[in-house]
Amino acid sequence: MRFVLNGLPMTVEAPGSRRLLDVLRETVGLTGTKEGCGEGECGACSVLIDGEVVNSCLVAVGQVAGCNVVTVEGLAAPDGALSSLQQAFIERGAAQCGICTPGMLLAAHALLQQNPRPSEDEVRVGLAGNLCRCTGYTKIIDAVLACRT
Amino acid sequence: MSDTTAAVGRPVLRREGGDKVTGRARYTDDLVVPGAWYGKTIRSGIPRGRVRTITYDPAFNWSQVVVVTAQDIPGDNVVQLIRDDQPALAAGEIRHREEPILLLAAPDRDTLAAAERAIRIEYDVLEPVFDLTLATETYSTIEISKGDVVGAFKGLKDGEVVERTFKVGLQEQLYIEPQGAIAIPESGGAIRVIGSLQCPYYVHRALKRTLELTDEQAIVVQAETGGGFGGKEEYPSIVAIHAALLARKAGRPVRLIYDRHEDLAATTKRHPGVIRHRTGVRRDGTLVAQDIEIVLDGGAYCTLTPVVLSRAAIHAAGPYACPNVRIRARAVATNTPPNGAFRGFGAPQSLFAAELMVEHVAERLGVPSLDLRKKWMLRIGDTTATSQTLTESVSAELVLAAALKAAPPVRPRPSGSPLGSAHPTVRRGRGLSLVYHGSGFTGSGEKKLGGKVAVEALPGGTFTILTASTEIGQGTKTIFTQIAADALGVPLEQVTVAPQDTSLVPDSGPTVASRTAMIVGGLIHAAAVELQERLAKSPKPKLPLRVDKTYVQPDTIHWDDQTYRGDAYPVYAWACTIVDVDVDMLTGEVRVTDLLSAVDCGKAIHPVMAEGQIEGGMLQAVGWATIEEIKMKDGGYQNDRLATYLIPTALDAPRIRTILVENPYSGGPFGAKGIGELPMDGPAPAIIAAIHDATGVWLDEVPATPEKVLAACASS
Amino acid sequence: MPDVAYLQPRDVADAVRVYRETPGARLLAGGTDLMVMLHAGTVRPRALVDLWSLAELKGIRRLDGGVEIGAAEPYTSIIGSALVAEHCPALVAASRTIGAAQIQNRGTLGGNLANASPAGDTLPVLLAADAVVVTDRRTIPVADFFTGYRKTALGAGELIVAVRLPAAARGVQFRKIGTRAAQAISKVVIAVSREPARVALGSVAEIPLRARGAEAALARGDAAGAVAALPSDIRPIDDVRSTGDYRRMVAQNVLEELLRD
Repeated sequence: MRFVLNGLPMTVEAPGSRRLLDVLRETVGLTGTKEGCGEGECGACSVLIDGEVVNSCLVAVGQVAGCNVVTVEGLAAPDGALSSLQQAFIERGAAQCGICTPGMLLAAHALLQQNPRPSEDEVRVGLAGNLCRCTGYTKIIDAVLACRT
Repeated sequence: MSDTTAAVGRPVLRREGGDKVTGRARYTDDLVVPGAWYGKTIRSGIPRGRVRTITYDPAFNWSQVVVVTAQDIPGDNVVQLIRDDQPALAAGEIRHREEPILLLAAPDRDTLAAAERAIRIEYDVLEPVFDLTLATETYSTIEISKGDVVGAFKGLKDGEVVERTFKVGLQEQLYIEPQGAIAIPESGGAIRVIGSLQCPYYVHRALKRTLELTDEQAIVVQAETGGGFGGKEEYPSIVAIHAALLARKAGRPVRLIYDRHEDLAATTKRHPGVIRHRTGVRRDGTLVAQDIEIVLDGGAYCTLTPVVLSRAAIHAAGPYACPNVRIRARAVATNTPPNGAFRGFGAPQSLFAAELMVEHVAERLGVPSLDLRKKWMLRIGDTTATSQTLTESVSAELVLAAALKAAPPVRPRPSGSPLGSAHPTVRRGRGLSLVYHGSGFTGSGEKKLGGKVAVEALPGGTFTILTASTEIGQGTKTIFTQIAADALGVPLEQVTVAPQDTSLVPDSGPTVASRTAMIVGGLIHAAAVELQERLAKSPKPKLPLRVDKTYVQPDTIHWDDQTYRGDAYPVYAWACTIVDVDVDMLTGEVRVTDLLSAVDCGKAIHPVMAEGQIEGGMLQAVGWATIEEIKMKDGGYQNDRLATYLIPTALDAPRIRTILVENPYSGGPFGAKGIGELPMDGPAPAIIAAIHDATGVWLDEVPATPEKVLAACASS
Repeated sequence: MPDVAYLQPRDVADAVRVYRETPGARLLAGGTDLMVMLHAGTVRPRALVDLWSLAELKGIRRLDGGVEIGAAEPYTSIIGSALVAEHCPALVAASRTIGAAQIQNRGTLGGNLANASPAGDTLPVLLAADAVVVTDRRTIPVADFFTGYRKTALGAGELIVAVRLPAAARGVQFRKIGTRAAQAISKVVIAVSREPARVALGSVAEIPLRARGAEAALARGDAAGAVAALPSDIRPIDDVRSTGDYRRMVAQNVLEELLRD
């Protein structure tokens, strides 16, 4: 199976029916994408497939053949410089326990790509698929709004 | 000494923030342990009974897996906590339908699943008790009395007596990272358990007891933990014991990671209960007597129930001065999964009732509830229900004034035509609550704990903090380095925190009870100050140089465990919460649109993290008050998947505003008190009051689901 | 789960053949239902037949004064489609209430129809709009599509290819009462049209259904009569999400409100 992962070509040997989440975490060894529920409810497993945010626990890896997949590990620049979203998350207290953070960053990233100047309501809509139990969402929304261009 | 800008009070960057935003942070299930097998817990399925037979299908090749039963337990078959009633694996009577019966481990998940399918357990069923009013076993009773309640009611001739009964529901902590542990056998009979947990030394004690390990053989390491909220206070001991038993028998590492369904179905929840108030007031609003009864449902085993009951009872009269108070509290057993720690720990339950009583008394007297709060609220020199005289850092008045000042104007009510986003069938309301929360362990708890920390100066000019207090998102690692850096007079970057590994750090006590900043932070401050003094005294100090500190209770704190009188907590934190709701009169849906709280936590060591605690805690309380309903069936939770156990999404969450008011406490580092649990106490009663303001209808319970709201409106 | 075979047909004809010929095969589109069931072990297929990338199942286009939507077109496209907004704004509204961004990027009309959950959010809109389900071999009016609890009129090996909305779909109104503001299963979901008179609901019976008694009253112009007739048309139950009494009361309240506008 061939796809592009965080900008680099990737080939994996895995049954096509295997969850993309498991392939990322166990076959490829990128554990930044988290399993919070296995039901597509919490968004902790969110990744981007061709720029769209999806729950990787609901994607069979065969379905990403030829696609561009981005995980949290692909958000920083190759030299390690954090994206403005990642930086804003740290500075504004948007990450507490951090378990929802990877999925949240990807959903926020996809939102800003599609809508560079969202309103607060649009941010809430864009992040509604990512559950957070620590922050009350307030500082997450602040961080995303701070990254409007 | 280098020039440093004080770190305390500044929003410095979260210590482990970089790891968390890049995916580098390693939570338990992220850890790769070569050769590890997968473990699973096989659970009862009946709420009460005994195992009659266990049949292992001979068609399955049992040599490819490991099976652990109660017979394999070398030490005591007990989950070490308060009462020795909960077995690690069922050996006699089964008391709830999620009770662990046996454990399996296999090299891969498919074999594990096949093994599970190849086991059949048959039970002799006994009659279960699900209703707390029918419970026959009591875990704990507490009576608090002040003055003469019976006499006071008799003497209340021209006054008013208001009686009301309230119900509070179960709640799941819903940390986004499920429970999990990895147990690794090591040389010399040692077992290392790495897990998602709040209290490494609770787990350490439990492992020692059940697996007959010495202090050195039991090694507990906290991995990066994705939320706890109390749900990982005592429950991880069970996960750790199970993983360790499997690892010991298998002779190899075992990963025991719960999936969400198992976590929802089997782990501890907030104690539900019934709280009855009888309040006597004079016609002029003077508070004369409070008579309160509390019954909490502890579930099938005792766990931490006596301590939850204690906190519930102590806070039950609310932040008010009353001369005659009687609080009779008891916690009972039912054949439901055991309930346990959840942020607030009994106080949200009893404060829910206390705050709503203010509303009901005000309604009876025909006065604004705000007037009663201003009249009754505790001030310096007043005594609480446990006859504690409050001598400092009393902020009821401060937070009330700050919240009222900051509250936006009440939004206009729709007049029948749509007003912007207002719909004619949507009614708006506002509610307010005033609460307090004791910081640290109750009464003699901190003295009994004797928490320990150490701060060490290392060669090379860096310092390390040694503590078992855990980072679970609340900012422990960051605030500890701020406190130590300022006390040492060094830049933040020179201070590190050692891993929360029982083989490396002393027992600072558990990461619970709103004690981390005040008690443990206080110890770290003291250790750092002493270390700095010793370094300063000597021209060439011999490094490493380590200072250890153990908690000593100030002799100004007096508490009597027998009479339940005295200084229940060293100090209290305070909050005034104002909430706005929209109630859809067609559907009963309650939308919390704005939530604001003025909070005094003494000193915000890290203001952004303090706000984070308040915002997050308040949204958990909003969930408890509105959508986090658990329905029971045959002693189990029907809401056992994330599709059915609902916490607020970003679209459900209101705009949350926090106002930090600082009224320092002389016994806390830089004046800090506790803040972790207080935010859980205010929103629920304020929401009920707001629903009443919007609809004229009183609900007496949480969650105030649309079904209940609509039914209440329809019958009024 | 033991690894299930993963099959990727070239086109619809290939998919039909593979589906019919592979025992224990299930169709996979966006996976928002099937992958959950697979992981939980509530279904144990021998093979997944992946339709997600088939071009013939994608697209939103004009047809006979109405709109045709490919069975595997995700909800995000429907939400953003000017065509659907023009012809059936209720379907856009319903799609917005499904899950959240992640689910909308993968969920499909084909999947929701095939699963035939009584709580499917778009299904009452399709009923109220007199939509037509287009399969690989015939068309099925959606009113005939749901035959029982999670059962459809689809035959063995039959594939949904598209959904057609006729011109009259424009007048449909929609409201969902969910368990929370997003990522919510409905407690009651209702779609209403005056001309022709259509009252369709989900989560109030074992299938998404049309309330025929309410429709008859509405056809006579009797809105109050439609509201009064509604309880006899539906059979809501008590379940983990809500109660029969609540669903009945809310269905009536919301119908009354929709007919008032």
